[in-house]
Amino acid sequence: MRSLFHSIGKYLLAATLLVSTLGFLLWGLSSTPENPQLRPPVSDVSLGRWNTNESFQSTLAKAHQALAVSLEDEGLSAAPRADWLTICRRQSLALVGCGVSLEEIRWLQTLPEPQRTTAHLERLLDDSRFHDYWAERWSRFLVGNDEGQFVLFRRRRFRVWLAEQFAADVRYDQLVRELITANGLWSDRPQVNFLTATVDSNDGQPDPVRLAARTSRVFLGLRIDCLQCHDDFLGNVSLGDPGNLEGGTQQHFHKLAAFYTAAEVNGLQGIRDREADYEYKYLGDDEATPVQPGVPFGQAYLPAEGEQRERLAAWITSPKNRQAARSAVSHVWALMFGQPDGESIDNLPFELPMGPVAETFVDDFIDHGYDLRRLIRLIAASQPFTVDSRADFEITRRHEMAGAAFPLVRLRGEQVAGCVLQASRIKTVDRDSSLISQLIQLAAGGEFVTRFGDRGENELESDSVTITQRLLLMNGDLSKESVKPNPLANATSHLIMFSGDHADVIEAAYLCTLNRYPSENEMGHFVTRFDEAKSREEAISDLFWVLLNCSEFSWNH
Amino acid sequence: MESLTQRPRMISSNDSAPGLCSEDAHLHRRTLLGAGVGGVAARGLIGSAMMSQIARRLVAEEAAGKTDPAKPKNIIMLWLEGGPSQLETFDPHPGKRIGGSTQAIPTSLRGVQLADTLPQTAEQMHLASLVRSVTSKEGDHARAIYNVKTGWRLDPTLRHPALGSIISKQEMDVVAEREIPPYISILPGLHAGKGGYLGATYDAFRMGDPKDPVPDVRSPVGDERLQRRLDDLYNIVEPQFRSRRLQSLDSDRTLHLETTRSARRMMNSKRLSAFDVSDEPKSELAAFGDTPFGRGVLAASRLVDAGARCVEVTLGGWDSHVTNDTLQRSACESLDPALASLLRRLKERDMLDNTLVVCGGEFGRTPQINAAEGRDHWPHGFSVLMAGGGIAAGRVIGETAADPKLDPAKPLSDVSDPVRIEDLHATILRVLGVDYAEELMTPIGRPLRISEGEVIDKLLA
Repeated sequence: MRSLFHSIGKYLLAATLLVSTLGFLLWGLSSTPENPQLRPPVSDVSLGRWNTNESFQSTLAKAHQALAVSLEDEGLSAAPRADWLTICRRQSLALVGCGVSLEEIRWLQTLPEPQRTTAHLERLLDDSRFHDYWAERWSRFLVGNDEGQFVLFRRRRFRVWLAEQFAADVRYDQLVRELITANGLWSDRPQVNFLTATVDSNDGQPDPVRLAARTSRVFLGLRIDCLQCHDDFLGNVSLGDPGNLEGGTQQHFHKLAAFYTAAEVNGLQGIRDREADYEYKYLGDDEATPVQPGVPFGQAYLPAEGEQRERLAAWITSPKNRQAARSAVSHVWALMFGQPDGESIDNLPFELPMGPVAETFVDDFIDHGYDLRRLIRLIAASQPFTVDSRADFEITRRHEMAGAAFPLVRLRGEQVAGCVLQASRIKTVDRDSSLISQLIQLAAGGEFVTRFGDRGENELESDSVTITQRLLLMNGDLSKESVKPNPLANATSHLIMFSGDHADVIEAAYLCTLNRYPSENEMGHFVTRFDEAKSREEAISDLFWVLLNCSEFSWNH
Repeated sequence: MESLTQRPRMISSNDSAPGLCSEDAHLHRRTLLGAGVGGVAARGLIGSAMMSQIARRLVAEEAAGKTDPAKPKNIIMLWLEGGPSQLETFDPHPGKRIGGSTQAIPTSLRGVQLADTLPQTAEQMHLASLVRSVTSKEGDHARAIYNVKTGWRLDPTLRHPALGSIISKQEMDVVAEREIPPYISILPGLHAGKGGYLGATYDAFRMGDPKDPVPDVRSPVGDERLQRRLDDLYNIVEPQFRSRRLQSLDSDRTLHLETTRSARRMMNSKRLSAFDVSDEPKSELAAFGDTPFGRGVLAASRLVDAGARCVEVTLGGWDSHVTNDTLQRSACESLDPALASLLRRLKERDMLDNTLVVCGGEFGRTPQINAAEGRDHWPHGFSVLMAGGGIAAGRVIGETAADPKLDPAKPLSDVSDPVRIEDLHATILRVLGVDYAEELMTPIGRPLRISEGEVIDKLLA
């Protein structure tokens, strides 16, 4: 019976999908830049705003000058600028976790070419997919990947709240203050969940040790977790102020933790402020020692007065706290590229600078009020982001690390799933998609990511492809369902139904999957394949399978 | 990359010049002898094409009671991630200030006691040895895991290969195309071993709970059509992507084609059943424990028998900063039946001599019990169990003080005969037939020994 309802529901929804998408399909597959028949609404943005913004361009020029000096010092040449479709694909992967849809490509083709990358970025920044996708990524930074203790922690509410902040273009410093100083009920004030995510390890109260570790990693870009148990006797952690660095101590860590003992779960009132009350028995001591809140560097700009969590938040978001701004830029940079600008996203020693472009953007980030969208725009417009991953000279790992060539980065599980789902549709899969498309995205995507491997909080650490992952893409349900002819849902059928000759179908398949045009050699080969195939359906299924299974599909380039 | 192997290259099945041979030449001796030496060829279990010269030699030498020095040894690592407490496992100190509530029980090895959390393992201790004095300088999980898995401390300029990757490299130098990955990590979590500077080719093949068959190994289209798809992938689309990009794109970065080919070989392999423990007798499944870890350990023994060289199985749940006793006991409930059954099974099947079992974690736990009744990280004297594969049985190396001084300035003063992580590695590599002192050229242009440790002679059989 369940199966019957499932089938009926599936076909009803599928019929709705077919009707709703038919109109667009006719446009999407046949329109050309010269003949834009039915155009999706254009977001209300001034495309040239950032190209003429003086301070924006000044920062870019400064960053590029610093990069040029750095490349000259290293004796490296830079690759040329990538083509607009490649840059748009990078933007989509970074901001919404999937490739560019054919619908989006057709719209961009209606614009003058110099405007396309800016236009695509502006649309993405206003796209709910961006708000949702970044909310999930930042949730992993801020509260981890676990669902935690349900009664006192609502991860989904937290993620939705974050999405609302990104949609409202809330400034980063305000976001940090909201999180650290949150009061109230976790169900009513979702930002409180930043604190209550840790109650499972501290008898129902916010865990100051875990919050200190989280704060140091996310907001300060310092990995000082080891100081929880012992001083840094290995020379791994330097703290203090410029010119006066010292080895990290247990006191550094636990003073930071002490700030969070000023947050207390108080029955139905939820989180409330109280006096900080913390003591710790340091390694080698016989007795526990009272620990007063204190910061591991920059004591001069820690406010003397105020509630403890307000003092901490003010210190982290002080314009003088450049290390905290470095951490923010490092996290945004890593989300844009899929890898950190250096060895680690959250371990930025004082004495070891990030790349020259990122360090330039740190100053701009502080000077322009911690504007996350401006930072994203800067990174997206920067040479390291727009440079090609191909060149007429031999590209090496050094070129990638120096920003002279775009780094090849393997897509994460959720990006591969997003790309497969998007590639198999003509229209953009978003909140406006049919219900069935969203259900497929949710269920099939989730299952795929689980099997592919979700690295949780460490998702931005590099990794290599595995046999398991290759088997999943070659034979797994998601790719199997995505490439087979299905007139109700799949691009494979839509292309056959509405495209013209073989070349049209092949070109559209390449645009859907790889977001590029086929080369002459590829086109010639696959036209012959189509001519010799038993059926067009079989030929296009095979073509989609090949494109979904090539390395280009699974890598950001 | 230079060769890692001390083994002579295997002779190819056509009995001609030395070179790469097929994986069939590496069928386990027990498999070769499964129907009795005299009856192998006659019963047609192994056809003449599979019956390579080396296989015949193995059979003949087995009949003569000789051990083949060229025969590769394998390793099964039971990886206890999170930091198992030595005091609640292999090095109890009952009745002492540091001992907690854990009691000690006698074992089948005279004079040696284990914690009462490991009663089944205690019955198999005559097959194993213990190192109770392992020390390192890493007290952070990620750094310590790197240290123990690679034998090196974290270095920002260089990624060292995991021990399994070194073995994998050794194997793939000889048998390039394999149906079963040489290095497999079961239930790996976030820290499956990686090839490091040897390359991602030697990363562990990761798999989950082996209660189910390996998924996604059946192609939805027929062989001919699949081959056509793969031809288009290999010959048309991939060259386009490689053009003008990073040098050695596939071998140094994506591994896409190599991994795709390995996946294809697995799809065709008859040895896939080694991953699936569901055909084991219920009694054997129950003996290893009805847990993912128990099934993983059982699968490890099958996989080694099927040709894998290194299988690591991860068991978490040891990071007991709070309620140490409860957490350690809970983890031991999974460990004990699996470890004991593994030793018993390998011995029963004549596999223990050629299979090294190593059981341990990234560090131990503090002798002191903290305010939350937990124990914190402790790299200054913890335990590792080793058995088989050329390791002597019945030895106990090192000792931790029952009443330690716990002088922070002299953490090793409470450990006698301390053993460094790199010494453990050198010993393991030695018994596995790897020249651990060999220098390899790293990508940063620096020649580096495979291990800087020294072999612990007292552990050798």
